[in-house]
Amino acid sequence: MFVGLDMGGTHTDAVLVSPQDGVLRYVKKPTRHDFLASIEEALEELLDGIHTSGIDRVNLSTTVCTNAIVEGKTEPVGLIIVPGPGLNPSFLQCGQLNFIIQGSIDHRGRETSPLNEQELNWVKQQLRATGLRSLAVVGKFSTRNPTHELRIARFLEGDYDFVTLGHRLSGRLGFPRRVYTAYLNSAVWRVFSRFADAVQAYLAKKGLVTEPFILKADGGTLALSVAKNVPVETILSGPAASIMGALALLPTEEDAVILDIGGTTTDISFCMEGLPLLEPQGIKIGPHLTLVRSLLAYSVGLGGDSCIQVKEGQLYIGPERLGPPACLGGPAPTPTDALVVLGLLHLGNAELSRKALKSVANSLNLSIDSAAEAVLSEFTKRIAQVVGDLVHQLNQKPVYTLREILMGRKLQPAKAIVVGTPARFFKPFLSKALGISVEVPELAGVANAIGAALSRPTASLTVFADTQQRRVLIPEIGWEESIPAHFTVEKAKVLAFQFLRRRLKEIGYTEPEPELEVIEEQVFNVVRGFNTVGKNIRLKVQNKPLPMSLVGSLTTDLKGPSPV
Amino acid sequence: MLKAPRRVGLVFFPAYDWAISPTHPEREERLLYTQDQIWEEGILDIEGIVEYRPQLASPRDVERVHICVPDLESRVTQSDLIAAGGAMTAAEAVLQGEVERAFAIIRPPGHHAHRIVYANRGFCNINNEAIMIEYIRQKYGPKKVAIVDTDCHHGDGTQDIYWHYRDTLFISLHQDGRTLYPGTGFLNEFGGPNACGYTLNIPLPPETGEEGFLYVIENLVLPVLEEFKPDLIINSAGQDNHYTDPITNMRFSAQGYARLNELLKPDIAVLEGGYSIEGALPYVNVGIILALAGLDYSYVREPDYSSVRVSQPKEISEYIARLCKETYAAWRNREDIRARLVRGKKEVTRQRHIYYDTVGLLEFQKETTLVCDECPGLTFIDSYSDRGEHILAVFLPRKTCKRCREEGENLYRRADIKKYTAIFLQDRENDTLLRR
Repeated sequence: MFVGLDMGGTHTDAVLVSPQDGVLRYVKKPTRHDFLASIEEALEELLDGIHTSGIDRVNLSTTVCTNAIVEGKTEPVGLIIVPGPGLNPSFLQCGQLNFIIQGSIDHRGRETSPLNEQELNWVKQQLRATGLRSLAVVGKFSTRNPTHELRIARFLEGDYDFVTLGHRLSGRLGFPRRVYTAYLNSAVWRVFSRFADAVQAYLAKKGLVTEPFILKADGGTLALSVAKNVPVETILSGPAASIMGALALLPTEEDAVILDIGGTTTDISFCMEGLPLLEPQGIKIGPHLTLVRSLLAYSVGLGGDSCIQVKEGQLYIGPERLGPPACLGGPAPTPTDALVVLGLLHLGNAELSRKALKSVANSLNLSIDSAAEAVLSEFTKRIAQVVGDLVHQLNQKPVYTLREILMGRKLQPAKAIVVGTPARFFKPFLSKALGISVEVPELAGVANAIGAALSRPTASLTVFADTQQRRVLIPEIGWEESIPAHFTVEKAKVLAFQFLRRRLKEIGYTEPEPELEVIEEQVFNVVRGFNTVGKNIRLKVQNKPLPMSLVGSLTTDLKGPSPV
Repeated sequence: MLKAPRRVGLVFFPAYDWAISPTHPEREERLLYTQDQIWEEGILDIEGIVEYRPQLASPRDVERVHICVPDLESRVTQSDLIAAGGAMTAAEAVLQGEVERAFAIIRPPGHHAHRIVYANRGFCNINNEAIMIEYIRQKYGPKKVAIVDTDCHHGDGTQDIYWHYRDTLFISLHQDGRTLYPGTGFLNEFGGPNACGYTLNIPLPPETGEEGFLYVIENLVLPVLEEFKPDLIINSAGQDNHYTDPITNMRFSAQGYARLNELLKPDIAVLEGGYSIEGALPYVNVGIILALAGLDYSYVREPDYSSVRVSQPKEISEYIARLCKETYAAWRNREDIRARLVRGKKEVTRQRHIYYDTVGLLEFQKETTLVCDECPGLTFIDSYSDRGEHILAVFLPRKTCKRCREEGENLYRRADIKKYTAIFLQDRENDTLLRR
């Protein structure tokens, strides 16, 4: 049996899942300020009367790091950056103490100017004087040659609790993102570490000996002990949990749009031939763009509790949520109230819903029922509009080869998979607005926790080989070796897969054979004069970010935990 | 992240699957390291810098400018259509008001492609800037355009296309044609009989440094632009004046290119040549983008930059100063010069050999233009190549006067079809290319 837990802003959902028998139990609890208490409360109820020896895996999606960053409750960080030539680097000083130092690496990973020993000594002194415990060291093009980052780390070794090196976070280019990601990683390291220790202690006390996994924004998981070194990977995993849940409950081979309708917002994401789309560079958190790999999820301020207004005869829904829906004593009419008025949903006091929608009906010169229908049709029309815009944008994404321009495969969602508590009530309105078939899985309300339960470890690696320099490098794992001049892209693939398998094992992948794939492959000649003197090989490999599929019937009892 | 003071549109099309040949300078990885640098700098994350996907230029867009011999299909590759389309996309972003300026970092280049295209010349099949400009004019109405070509090679194709037009000022700064391909671009190439002075050439001596280029911009180009008052300024942004370029002999730098763009303030820049793909292009392109966006480019420097590498001898400075003075004087006197040139003439004829270096083809042209005070004038070209084709091409510009139009149409209709393999009529007003 697997446990999946998704801690959201308002609710913490947990499920107990068996891949053979489906969802066995679920609980939904308000999220408390104390994260550990939220987890304990949910798990106590979920696992009540269950033998922990039957639990094979515990997957947690947590907002610990997200909240620490958003609320600014992070640790001060000493940031050392080696920018070399390019943009004026002063805007990158996001640490509490920042050092912009000499040295540079170029696009091919060649050192074009050395570090300055004297300057490093000075940095060391300054850092010691302030007593900072957490550092981030980032160089431009360090993913092409991490020498400078490594040398700086060695030079400062021993004085700090935690040091993030930029090249280990991602093989992608993007120096500013690398700086922000490394900074954030060091800034949340301690808060995540404490959380991880507490979770581990609690689970041990419960007799759960298996190592828990933490959900990442790319829909994969990471063993808790590994996540301690890259806590930044755990930010904003909530949307990924829902997407994984949707795809576990309703696997597809087609292009689809995935909607997660919540109280405040609707998250929109897509899959192409059944595989969820990723953010091209990485996720944004607060003001910071990062290199954290993430599923593409666009949040729009349209949820079941969005407030409804009429201005100059025009209906407006959201983006604010003023409180719960009127039927539950909230201050304003909401789409949920429209559902209640039409008898599609039984929740709270229907009279309050009618009363709240009356003013809307009056300003629109409609009956209350017609107004409710107008609200639901406007609500879903707006969602459909955003979906259409996003599809258009995604299909405008620049490409860099003739083949891609001429053959360009476009995203064309053939259906919508909709999850979230109110999903099934909106279904008929959504299919009308979107003009494609809409599928709502059973248990759509806890798809997020189901997604968490069924997500699997994911990893991606970047191989950068330069046969002229006789060098191959995989930055994410800090592996570098010399290669012969006749090294080929085939050999690079073998290497990449070999290291990816090893990496997956390290982060906790236990199933027999992960599905590995090459997602980027480029080979270029290096030419001097009119002779080819080498090859520049670039590869990116990953295991597919797909959840385990859920075989067997689903428990349809939606009323609460049931004994197994 | 940073915010750009000015919104800039970028079209980036490196054509990673296209080359003239595997070790040719115009090959797959030409923009690879530029992409690496742009991505690593995080340029596309800067607020106000917007990347666009290039559109595909249509045959109509190409034939608005070119007469391809024997036909378009056999002369033009898909990559040419995307490169030209990329320039069109960049221009459109500006004209739609989505961005203030745009930069099309595209390949293959285009500025050596003339009106008539028998084959590839100087790595170019079709003229990206001209296709872009004529597309804009067709779609957005008449525009007065200035093209400043800062590629190291003379922009002979663009010069040929706009030779007869007063609504398009063409200024080319390049390494002296006595020392570099294509061997043209001298002071006396000054525009056709009806557009005297609207082509300006500044042949710079080898070893011209940062100082020299910027001197020409400040002391010649900007004053002329000030007087011409264009609606749009286009920079044919070749990057082969760089001190590390393998096929030229100049001493320009990334800082210099950035400063040049800061001074010139082009609405649209279009990449042309530039073959120092590791040592120059990554830095030059970043410098240009930052300058266009109004961001600080002072930290953009090549790893091996030194002031010595970009300096020029005193004689060169003096020579360039004289060159600018003379050219500026000619520009001011352009009407007098024209009057002397066309006095008592009904038409002006020139004969040229045009060499297509990529394939070793030679074209022989006899070009005739009616002297006309009303319009750019009827032009027709009798052209044959050593490959065997022999064509007559008749050009009717926009706003052709009645007389020129009638003569042109008659010529097209009455020319002896047995004498030619094909007869063409390019009619800008009606946006058609007719063929017999």
